[in-house]
Amino acid sequence: MKIKIFAFALGLFLCINVISAQTGDLLIKNATVLTVTKGTRENTDIWVQNGKISRIDRNIPAPKGVRVIDATGMYVMPGIIDAHSHIAIDAVNEATAPNTAEVNVGDALDPLDVSIYRALAGGTTISHAMHGSANAIGGQCQTIKHRYGTTDPAQLRMEGAPRTIKFALGENPMRVHGEGNKISPNTRMGVEQIFRKAFSAAQLYMKAWDDYKKGLTKVAPAYNLRMETIADILKGNIIIHCHSYRADEILMLMNVLRDYGINKICFQHVNEGFKVAPELAKFGATASVFADWWAYKFEVYYSTAYNAAILTRNGVVTSINSDSGELIRHLYHEAAKTQRYGDLTDDEALALITINPAIQLGIDKRVGSIEVGKDADFAIFNNHPLSIYAVPQMTIVDGIVRFDIKNDPEDIRVDIDPKEKYATYYEDLRNHEYYGCMSGVMELFMEESYASYLRYIYSKNHTH
Amino acid sequence: MLKNIFILIILLMGTITSYTQQVKKSEGGNFLLKGGTLYTITRGVMQADLLIKDGKIADIGTNLNAAGAKVIDCTGKRIYPGFIDSGTRLGLAEIGSISLTNDYSELGDFIPHMKALTAVNPNSVSIPVTRVNGVTTVLAKPEGGRFPGTGALIDLHGYTPDQMYAGAEAVLLNYPSTGKRGRWDRRSDEDVKKDAEKAAKKLDDIWDKAVLYAKMDSTARADKKNMDSYNPQMDALLPVVRGQAKLFVEVNVKSDIESAIEWVKKRNIKAVFTGMAEGWRVADKLAAAGIEVITGPVLSIPGRENDKYDAAYTNAAKMHKAGVKVALRTNDAENVRNLPFNAGFAATYGMGVEEALKAITIVPAQIFGVADKYGSLEKGKVANLFIADGDPFEMKTRISHLFIRGWNVPLESRHTLLYDEFLERSPGLK
Repeated sequence: MKIKIFAFALGLFLCINVISAQTGDLLIKNATVLTVTKGTRENTDIWVQNGKISRIDRNIPAPKGVRVIDATGMYVMPGIIDAHSHIAIDAVNEATAPNTAEVNVGDALDPLDVSIYRALAGGTTISHAMHGSANAIGGQCQTIKHRYGTTDPAQLRMEGAPRTIKFALGENPMRVHGEGNKISPNTRMGVEQIFRKAFSAAQLYMKAWDDYKKGLTKVAPAYNLRMETIADILKGNIIIHCHSYRADEILMLMNVLRDYGINKICFQHVNEGFKVAPELAKFGATASVFADWWAYKFEVYYSTAYNAAILTRNGVVTSINSDSGELIRHLYHEAAKTQRYGDLTDDEALALITINPAIQLGIDKRVGSIEVGKDADFAIFNNHPLSIYAVPQMTIVDGIVRFDIKNDPEDIRVDIDPKEKYATYYEDLRNHEYYGCMSGVMELFMEESYASYLRYIYSKNHTH
Repeated sequence: MLKNIFILIILLMGTITSYTQQVKKSEGGNFLLKGGTLYTITRGVMQADLLIKDGKIADIGTNLNAAGAKVIDCTGKRIYPGFIDSGTRLGLAEIGSISLTNDYSELGDFIPHMKALTAVNPNSVSIPVTRVNGVTTVLAKPEGGRFPGTGALIDLHGYTPDQMYAGAEAVLLNYPSTGKRGRWDRRSDEDVKKDAEKAAKKLDDIWDKAVLYAKMDSTARADKKNMDSYNPQMDALLPVVRGQAKLFVEVNVKSDIESAIEWVKKRNIKAVFTGMAEGWRVADKLAAAGIEVITGPVLSIPGRENDKYDAAYTNAAKMHKAGVKVALRTNDAENVRNLPFNAGFAATYGMGVEEALKAITIVPAQIFGVADKYGSLEKGKVANLFIADGDPFEMKTRISHLFIRGWNVPLESRHTLLYDEFLERSPGLK
């Protein structure tokens, strides 16, 4: 009996892995195709070969043996991309020092997280699994594809996606380190100096290695992964994604980066980005914002839901992100809010959750629009995705159907405990706390002031 | 000299007036809304004029004339009754992480006498932000503890809490929960159960005392005497114990809902169940027990990992289809403006537009006992309504006017003001 169960489990395991290793062939027929970059095409077919878009045309004859998806009356858009998320990882914050550049959330991927499936059910095919915001220089992040069904963490990684790292300004690093650990940074002044110190030290570190390699010194410098990571930022090999809110701190970081010749920066949250939109545009910085979150702490009190529209109109490449296991399921709705708050056009609004986050993650050559040669990542809706009445019908990653509303299993968990009929019920249904920026941090500070803060964030979920 | 001073004063007054004019104020008076399509909620959709007079809907009909009323051309526009959010912290919460700006959670476990209306801040920055999407009325409610206090239904207009008060209060109970509070809740399943049992016993004790207190109070009154003790908690429960007011019972987990149904039945309590995340699992039992429900936010993730991804989206529809009276809430503070979108998701996931509209208009008005004044466009009701150029659930729709108690309230908020200032910043880069 035991052997049977084992054999079954092994079979299931292999089967799932084989599926996830595949890329698919498909023909989507008669859709309204929202390409995002090249307009809207009616009654159009999309032919997918080996997980890539090979042809977009009318009346493509169905190749033999290829699955045909009838999308008559449906809308097909590029798979939605979330530039800020904490799903599918089982560690968020290495909140032990103001600079922890050496850690990588890519080492803590959790392919069993049902949030991946829930995101797929909302049309989201790619997310940026980020380190939290406890440290001024947090860990490196991982761009993942939502290949739900795999049990192999490595298969979540989007192969070839550029390296990214999390920075954080303002209240979170100040609270964790200044207020909590009684070390700098305790203010926004202190936060600036963390960056200057890290970049300057890495410059010296690089020079020491250069000198050694040139034979100018005899003894090799001590290898330091933290320094290596910062050096890679200086070399332009890592895109910075910086948690930020206030206009002054945003300007501060741009000044610091200018001094060290760094230009790859995406500001995250950036609630006051609208105040310095011309400066952001001039620097070439991008912005990844919430549709309407504000007032959950003082640094977001002077916010506006028109942020995305103001940034877009000022020429800043802008995306709308979730930072939440809940919002990631309806980013199409979050993007549509920019039509009430700022009159963005359909293509502008859709770009906020497709091509723009792709640019911010450095993967726009591969995803973010429906174009020949790009990855076959799609979200198919029964109504225009910017309508409140849109329901995602099917979500496709690399040509593989990963969500199909007509074939939505009763229990989607991969790791089912056979003794448990139902999973545990959690009161916190919005569940931002579990997937938010400050996950895993506040438990470290269980003194009363923090405990009360903890109660607040656990009741309100806003930990960003 | 005197003349010069006089001129100076006139000039100064001019400056002051021009400054004050920059702040848009609500406009009072009588208004005739001409040629719009009325989504009355209770009497279908009709093409008619609507007259607002003395804060009320004075008349509805074709070719209305009203001397002296300001006429608003509503040709091609739709008119809806103001939306009602049945559960929020609006007015009680200002900045989430700064506890001293928050007034929704008093210390204590048994504090039904804590009145939300006392702490409502009429000038909360979040109130104008909420109005822009057509929300005119909300339940502001306390949180935390077994009996966290008494919520107040308020209109989102006015300079004092009393001006805002919309005529209904709600005594709240958090029913003992067997769910875990979050993933950080490390209690074993056994401990969770034990805690809930202990809490249930304590709740029973409180209620026994409340029933006894009500009897003593009645006896004292019959003897034309006052109770010779000060017991504000028990006083706050009196109307509920006597069946003169409803008890609003927050309960979410399936087994807790079942237990709460038995509890209110045994105690003969008129109850409204709130939260109700797993109401869909026991929809038939709720319908059989005739229990009214306030649920939301619709935009929530499921409570259990094995639930369908859309469990929260479809929850309201499933309860409604079973015959339960369902109102919606956001349970939010600064983003109560998302109420119509929560209703929109409920509509999309099985409830239908008509029923979803009712769940944020007439149904809450009925639940709170104010349906004679609120919740629909009918002659004689309070003039809480708005004018839109389309379906208010759709994000592309624009709301052009909003009236609360007949006041034409400007649709301006911090968010729109910052937009106006920063869309084209000047100075720009230089």
